[in-house]
Amino acid sequence: MEICRLNNEIEISELDPFLAELLRQIPASTDPEGVSAAERRLFSPPADPSETEICAEWKLYVKPELRRLFQTATETVAADLEQLRGNEKAFANRTLRIPSKHAEAWLSALNQARLVIAAKYDFTDGELCDHYRSPIGSRRDLSLFQVNFYGFLQEFILRELDGWDKRSED
Amino acid sequence: MTVMRFSVPKNAGPSTVDEPTIEKETRSKEDVDLPWQVVVHNDPVNLMSYVTMVFQRVFGYPREKAERHMLEVHHNERSILWSGMRERGELYVQQLHGYLLLATLEKAG
Repeated sequence: MEICRLNNEIEISELDPFLAELLRQIPASTDPEGVSAAERRLFSPPADPSETEICAEWKLYVKPELRRLFQTATETVAADLEQLRGNEKAFANRTLRIPSKHAEAWLSALNQARLVIAAKYDFTDGELCDHYRSPIGSRRDLSLFQVNFYGFLQEFILRELDGWDKRSED
Repeated sequence: MTVMRFSVPKNAGPSTVDEPTIEKETRSKEDVDLPWQVVVHNDPVNLMSYVTMVFQRVFGYPREKAERHMLEVHHNERSILWSGMRERGELYVQQLHGYLLLATLEKAG
């Protein structure tokens, strides 16, 4: 897999079928449905529970707004991932182009997915720092790889965003 | 870009001066007097570079200051990012949650 910036796009090329499938799984991975720890992490309390007024207002007004915000980002990413569907041979390497204006949505969706997966598997700090764990021998190993792969993409997008910000300041 | 909804300030409106109205006090004296703090808590999943970027975006901090706070969160489990009036603090916490950071509003002291 290669990742680079081309004008106002991030291009991920030489995507093998395995990594392409992991990318396709981003939108589904953001869904905390049925995993209470993940729901609690995405929608964490804004204050100590003793601050009843703040917590009640938050639940009523802010939480639905956050849910919409996260969903919009996920929908943008899902639309970009349509590029990975097509008539090409199933085992051919693929290319994905992310417009710079979608970079924020990708950061959000990747973060949602990482948080939901991490909450679902309750990874330890040690596991999350173990970037070279191999081989992948279980669903847990695969999910940890997924968290790290999404983190790698986040790092690249962040670096590019920083570059875009600096260029726009010039 | 994260879009957050901001409430219209209570003093926004026509430039003419109306008779002052006495608003019903709904918060205790303690709530009004005490400053509030926006606290960010450690989370092993969020990337350090991501947290730094969020602090720069939300608070307008230069990179060095944002990194100092990020490292404080990382090493001390929490960092106080801002203190002041409650309504502003609530908006900051809302923005931080929009970026999926663990943030809370706490009474100072």
